[in-house]
Amino acid sequence: MKHRTFFWFILPTLSAMLLFIAIPIVSTFVQSLFIQHEQVLILSKNCGPFGCSETTSVDIEATKELRQGSHLGKFNGVGTYLNRSHLAFVEVGNAWVASKTFSGFLNEVLDLPFYGALMFTLTYTAVVTPLVLLLGLAIAIGVNGLPNMMKGPSIFVSLLPFLVTPLVGSLILFWMVDGDGIIGATIQLIFNDPNLSLKASTGLTWTMLIVYGIWHTLPFSFIVFYAGLQTVPVDTLEAAQIDGATKWQRTFYVVVPHLVPLISFVTLMLLMDNFRVFEPIVSFSAEAHARSLSWIIFNDLRESGNPLYGSAGATSMLTIIGVVLLLIPVLIRTWRDFKLRSL
Amino acid sequence: MLRFKTTVASAAFLKKLIMTGAATTLISSAAFAKDCGPSDQSIRILASDFPAIHAVAGTAEENCAANASEFTRNHTTEARQIMNAALTPNPAEYTSVIVANSTLTQLMNDGLVRPLNGLVEKYGADLPKNLMITIDGNIMAVAFMANSQHLFSRKDVLEKAGINNIPSTYSDMVAAAQAIREAGIMEYPIVMNMKTGWNVGESFNLAFLAHGGEFFKAGTAEPSVNSEAGIAALNTLKALVEYAHPDHLTQASNETQAIWEAGEAALGIMWGSRGSVILDNEGSSEQVTSNTVLSSAPSVEPGGIPGATLWWDGFTISKNVPDAEAEATFAALASALNADMVAANNDDAIWLLEGFKPGAAAEGVSATAQGGAAPYPMLPQIGLLHNALGAELADFLKGNESAEKALADVEAAYVTAAKEAGFLK
Amino acid sequence: MSRTARTRITFVSTLSFSLVALWLLIAAFPFAWTFWGSFKVQSDFFSKADWMYALWGTNTIKETGNSFTGSGYHGAWIVEGFWKNFLNSGIVVLFTVIISVTFGTLGGYALARSGFRYAFWILMAALVFRAMPHITLVSGYLLPFFEWNIWGYLPTTIIVLVAMNQPFTIWMLHSFFLNVPKDMDESAMVDGCTRFEAFRYVIVPVMWPGVITTALFSFLLAYNDFTVTVMLLSEENETIIPAINSFLGTTQVEGKVMYAVAAVVSVTAPILVLVLFFQRQIVSGLTAGAVKG
Repeated sequence: MKHRTFFWFILPTLSAMLLFIAIPIVSTFVQSLFIQHEQVLILSKNCGPFGCSETTSVDIEATKELRQGSHLGKFNGVGTYLNRSHLAFVEVGNAWVASKTFSGFLNEVLDLPFYGALMFTLTYTAVVTPLVLLLGLAIAIGVNGLPNMMKGPSIFVSLLPFLVTPLVGSLILFWMVDGDGIIGATIQLIFNDPNLSLKASTGLTWTMLIVYGIWHTLPFSFIVFYAGLQTVPVDTLEAAQIDGATKWQRTFYVVVPHLVPLISFVTLMLLMDNFRVFEPIVSFSAEAHARSLSWIIFNDLRESGNPLYGSAGATSMLTIIGVVLLLIPVLIRTWRDFKLRSL
Repeated sequence: MLRFKTTVASAAFLKKLIMTGAATTLISSAAFAKDCGPSDQSIRILASDFPAIHAVAGTAEENCAANASEFTRNHTTEARQIMNAALTPNPAEYTSVIVANSTLTQLMNDGLVRPLNGLVEKYGADLPKNLMITIDGNIMAVAFMANSQHLFSRKDVLEKAGINNIPSTYSDMVAAAQAIREAGIMEYPIVMNMKTGWNVGESFNLAFLAHGGEFFKAGTAEPSVNSEAGIAALNTLKALVEYAHPDHLTQASNETQAIWEAGEAALGIMWGSRGSVILDNEGSSEQVTSNTVLSSAPSVEPGGIPGATLWWDGFTISKNVPDAEAEATFAALASALNADMVAANNDDAIWLLEGFKPGAAAEGVSATAQGGAAPYPMLPQIGLLHNALGAELADFLKGNESAEKALADVEAAYVTAAKEAGFLK
Repeated sequence: MSRTARTRITFVSTLSFSLVALWLLIAAFPFAWTFWGSFKVQSDFFSKADWMYALWGTNTIKETGNSFTGSGYHGAWIVEGFWKNFLNSGIVVLFTVIISVTFGTLGGYALARSGFRYAFWILMAALVFRAMPHITLVSGYLLPFFEWNIWGYLPTTIIVLVAMNQPFTIWMLHSFFLNVPKDMDESAMVDGCTRFEAFRYVIVPVMWPGVITTALFSFLLAYNDFTVTVMLLSEENETIIPAINSFLGTTQVEGKVMYAVAAVVSVTAPILVLVLFFQRQIVSGLTAGAVKG
């Protein structure tokens, strides 16, 4: 395709992405290199309905003067990336020197906000992604084997968890797994422990979040694999059957290889989305036991009064780097495919 | 027989709070009832989604919308997240924001609201003087309602467990909870808002203030929560949650209120604004509502500082708007703060205005205020400390960390954030 | 012989059947439960005494005389004006889908047909763009939008949703276009069409199922969005998800939870209808393009 034609075709989508994503990413990155100028505090007397007290407040005039120089703030370089809320090099170093055992060192490091969140995020991604892939494939094959009349309704029902917005879907489940809700009460019955609560322990909370993650993402994987199964070349399958291959062998040696491109696509999307997990943590009120990188950003921007843009920006950059690192194997494959195609 | 502060005494205190300053007015309020200020101005208000705030802003709209060229109200749960960005440009997106202690600080940190002294003289001369939130003599906001946390008790359960007095100190509370558990009435009699995040940070603040703690070293932004008072506060919390449901780290007001209304708790530290909803006829049984007693928040020593923070809600006027718009907005909102509006919405809030008839639901807040509770601190850097507390205390409450380590983590997290925000070098 | 082999009930096929049945139960149950519960009162559906109240409607009978009540729906749709939010969502979704698919098909087609290196790098860049957490982006939009006075309006939100969805859209559509043989448009161009005419009159009609699938994903993104709509819309322009969020109350003030439950059910119903309707197209669309990944 000619360069000029390409330019005109790609212009709408490229300008939308540049304006609303690329430029903000650059701006976020730049902002993460700065911290606020020093705030000038003055003692003041604060009076209100409950009486008077001594307090401090920000001297706006004096602070504004300081800001005249650079309105982005004070240049901090990678300081924000290395501080305690992020990579915490100093604290990790101290922990290494001070700890007597490796597990003691690990405990210290996981106590730091970024690494604690990273631990959960990676665990979540590492458990949910393969399970969703495997179960999605298994259920797609299962539904494919159903009598035709049952296929339609099965597909429809299978898509349900994916169709509902995470805010609402996880809230519904939160209500149900509560000790007084139907699922919570049933689990208590099954394990014969009236005090069992999924929200009270860290291990169980992680399990609950992971199960929710699988429940919510499975339809996506299912529908993509199911569609792929419709295109498996029937003659190859029949040839294999004639040659005496069992069902298992046919599945492993004909069906799965045919679906490999699909598997890469689904893996790509799953890795990206699972690494940015966020809504379930808020909806399940699980912050006490599980935090993710996206949750840290949410916390910096919303719960700190005046938002901490620099810190949130640094965590966002680290998230992007994390996603890219996770995607490298899949990306190499895509590059190879692209080269093959353009030959 | 159960003894507790009488309704009459608390109501009297509340009236005192309201009336201070009203006695100095010479002109009757009727004359100022509908002075809407300059006409044909644009009035744009940002507020949160509380019924009481709807009442105030709605009355302002009724009174003065005809006088204005446009009158818009945006009641949103996101008010706190968007207010700074909304008020920064010139002209600002909103001419007024309805704030509370913490959000006023947030706006003042960026210099986004204007002093109201002149406007108060012109349009609010009949408003009680103590409604004015002043910083160094500048009136930055006009408050109209109050709130705080306090103690809720089920007197029938207490009696059954052999406790004849409503607990007034933390140790009384723990002793009562223990008695209730040992009598086999309830396993988890205590409810508190301990959800990780803002709520658990606030619960720490309550206990910390009761122990006489200072958040920062005087006049500076250096934290001083890792102190005797801080450790004592954490130990108090630990002792209390021993008797709370194991899910307490996920429970905020909606959950604790539901537990209370289901009759599954006997002692609770909850918000006063939930009082009227708990005492009403919906969602609860007769036994629970008739036996729920609202009293002052518990203190450490008998008669000491109640473990609570006092909150007010009020309105401010943006700085980056034309003076005429500011005047019209102020006039409209000031006109809404009258006895008729309060009478029409009496139970929606604990009003600081004339005409408020404090009911049973207001007893807890007035007793707490009367007991000398501290207002939520209006320090510029308190939001960062509150956030650090909210994030780092979970480990201690789960039993994974000592109190000293938890508070050290809190201070380290706060220092990191404060350095970024420019409060510390 | 192959026929009998296929219909024989083996251990594997029973296992597979039970797995599917279990999954269907797990997938549908929460919604069926919520649907049932939306016709009860709060003290039944969220009963702390006995979850079975939700089944029999014990308190619903006590409070309203009937074991089913429409009070949640009435409260949400009429008292709280949820129908306005629904209308807003309708507008947002309609325009987001149309614009997103238009931009996406043009871009995806170009990326599929260009053989040059830069096409690959644009796709990679799109992946990196998708990795950026949305909340950071939206917080960054606040100040510029307020300064340019475009905050709070539906068109702004529509454009933001379109832009944020583009990476996923162009990835999906470019792989669909890869499946359409090059000869089709090349022969059209030989016959005298410009590139655009070939695209519009020859390729797109063939690709229709793929477009439907992408439209569905765009629809879901716009319909179910929370992060963007909650921060960029003022109260009167709110769409359905922020409205549901506002029914849930805050720490100081009680919410109206049954309104939220009724609203949730109302929100899910149209999606179900849509999927039911377009089910076959979705599957064939995914078939057409998804194989190449």
